[in-house]
Amino acid sequence: MDPVTTITGFVALYIFMLAAFTGYEIIGRVPAILHTPLMSGSNFVHGIVVVGAMWALLNAGSTLEQVIGFFGVLLGAGNAAGGYVVTERMLEMFKPSDKRQGTADKE
Amino acid sequence: MSQFIIEAVYFLTALLFIYGLKRMASPVTARSGILIAGIGMVLAVLAAFLYGFDVREAAQEHLTMNVALVLIALGLGLGWAWYSGKKVAMTDMPQMVALYNGMGGGAAAAIAATELFSGNAQSHGVVVSILAVLGGLIGAVALSGSLIAWAKLDGRMNGVIRLPAQQLINAVLFLGSLALGAYIVVTGLNGVISFPMIALFFILALVLGVLLTTPIGGADMPVVISLYNAFTGLAVAFEGFVLQNPAMIIAGTVVGSAGTLLTLMMAKAMNRPVSNVIFSQFGGSDDDGGEIEGSMKSADASDAAIAMYYASKVIIVPGYGLAVAQAQHKLYEFVKLLQKQGVDVAFAIHPVAGRMPGHMNVLLAEAGVPYDIIHDLEDINEDFPQADVAIVLGANDVVNPAARHRKSSPIYGMPILNVDMARQAYVVKRGQGKGYSGVENELFFAENTSMVYGDAQKVMVQMIEAVKSLG
Repeated sequence: MDPVTTITGFVALYIFMLAAFTGYEIIGRVPAILHTPLMSGSNFVHGIVVVGAMWALLNAGSTLEQVIGFFGVLLGAGNAAGGYVVTERMLEMFKPSDKRQGTADKE
Repeated sequence: MSQFIIEAVYFLTALLFIYGLKRMASPVTARSGILIAGIGMVLAVLAAFLYGFDVREAAQEHLTMNVALVLIALGLGLGWAWYSGKKVAMTDMPQMVALYNGMGGGAAAAIAATELFSGNAQSHGVVVSILAVLGGLIGAVALSGSLIAWAKLDGRMNGVIRLPAQQLINAVLFLGSLALGAYIVVTGLNGVISFPMIALFFILALVLGVLLTTPIGGADMPVVISLYNAFTGLAVAFEGFVLQNPAMIIAGTVVGSAGTLLTLMMAKAMNRPVSNVIFSQFGGSDDDGGEIEGSMKSADASDAAIAMYYASKVIIVPGYGLAVAQAQHKLYEFVKLLQKQGVDVAFAIHPVAGRMPGHMNVLLAEAGVPYDIIHDLEDINEDFPQADVAIVLGANDVVNPAARHRKSSPIYGMPILNVDMARQAYVVKRGQGKGYSGVENELFFAENTSMVYGDAQKVMVQMIEAVKSLG
């Protein structure tokens, strides 16, 4: 693979560090009521693995690689689609009281 | 050109993921958050088809076949997951998250496997090789471990299975797979690709995931699922580096760190270090609470209902038992009757109520309970002394005062909801059994506690009738 971006050495470490802080910051200030949907949402986000599996399967040069790649794409697609559906279903249900809508942000 | 488009789309995807997760962090904007992240995912998958224009030489002749396989796998995975996700009940959500998470771990392990078997990872040097092996190890553990967690939560596998010398076996397996991984890396750099060794490496990793999870009990599963979620994120990030795929690196790392933090928060709520959960020390203390002075008193559901009807402040403590009995809808119907009478009703949720952190909130939300009358432990604990009535539905260990003072108790130190400080406490419970931890609950014997025996659903129906008959 000859990618346009070549991520090596310290550039990779910078990306790891910044992304790690991003994840930490996002979860750190979340009210407990959203922990389950957010766990499910982050579960959905790592479903991005499906694009890597697609690359692996498209570049498969032997039957063994095709079989493994096929399962990779299958599992990755399941992770992404399943994660999306259950997260969406959970978040759909969160509603504030009608009378106190204005204070909802403070929760 | 296709490569440029892919890179540009991945950049956009990473942006949409982070923005989407950020919006998911507030109940007001959460729904749009998942939609935004979803758009990012669809764009990335569409762009990934462009890989087909620039494949390895060895894959040229298989390209048509491979594209067909991609389409079939995508269709099957998406179709099955969409269907199962739509029909799963809210109470079963934790095991579905575990299952989907395991699939992600499996996909990461599959990428590692193709890259190692084809020799592609080894040809890119030592760092890429090491990350491919580590990602494969973590991904495989997340796959088999999540499947066990799913089986346990789904009731397909019961009880706690401990092997003799479990820790030793796990340590040997872990070191064995690391050693094999090192062997694969070192020999791979010399151009040797040993199929049996790579296969054995993945088998060991899968067995390790199984054995790590089987000794862990159902109550600890939230922590375990969260941990494996973080594992999968990390595995995806590592494989993203192997494939030089920035979207995978960023998304995987964000999830890895967010998942780790969530795991630590959960373990803290249960007052147990994560290592304690993983090495399954729960129940290590044999203290079952001993003989408790006093006796349990029982009360009728209608008496409890009337007491709440004339109270000015009522706090409700729901536990997983409530959800099992599917009584949350009846409960909210009852709460609305109390609110109409002017009673100040609040829900108190222990951090580990339900099967995942926040699971109880989801179950209450499903019943239509507005989220602003639902409070966390820290926010509501000081309100219990002012409550006329506190009612516990299907919860046990999280309200046991022994956690505050009985040092020999296995649950000592766990933060609890101070139900015993309310003027009157009612506990709705099916029978006289002990809680998950096997500890006798002091609350049940307290002077101001009355037990209401019965199935939560039936009890709620009786309570509603009792209040309605008052007019």
